[in-house]
Amino acid sequence: MTVDALQARFRPGDRVQVRRAYPLGHVRTPWYIRGHHGVIERLCGAYPNPEELAYARDGLPRQPLYRVRFLQRDVWPDYAANAHDTVDIEIYQHWLEPDERGVP
Amino acid sequence: MGGRPAGPVERTEHAYLLWEKRVDAMLVLLSGKDRRLITVDELRRNIEALGPQAYDRMSYYERWIHSITQTLIQRGVITIDELGRKMSQVEQRHARGEL
Repeated sequence: MTVDALQARFRPGDRVQVRRAYPLGHVRTPWYIRGHHGVIERLCGAYPNPEELAYARDGLPRQPLYRVRFLQRDVWPDYAANAHDTVDIEIYQHWLEPDERGVP
Repeated sequence: MGGRPAGPVERTEHAYLLWEKRVDAMLVLLSGKDRRLITVDELRRNIEALGPQAYDRMSYYERWIHSITQTLIQRGVITIDELGRKMSQVEQRHARGEL
């Protein structure tokens, strides 16, 4: 699906933080990644919001969906393998905020 | 699952029972372009709504048929009365050895 340039808030390379929120309902953002910091890897497109589709509504307007890259050692405190290993997770735009910590 | 501690992943394929294949086919037919009576997001929502105890007790396709049924009731495609009567009919056919 095409994405209106005005609609996409982030670009590849942007640093983001996943919102730390735990609402009821059907949420595609995994619990374990909420609150974590990552980098936009790519924009995947824009799709009807699954949180609305889950209740038989149309899910419009479409939400931009990003692939976001995280360091495994940031996500799992006891991660013992390569320190540069990453995990990519597809996350909808309304679950992402700019990383307020600035460039490290 | 969901980032919680769990055992190793079972990597072997296993044969599906006839009823499991039927449940799979039912979802394909209900969600297809001709009907659009369920979205995969509704399926997931109603599986998540099972709660951890029921989730762990049920098999994969038991969760699916539970969720499909809930969705069709929520959407008004079937009523609880219709469901109860049909389940009784099927039980009786099974008892008579017709299934």
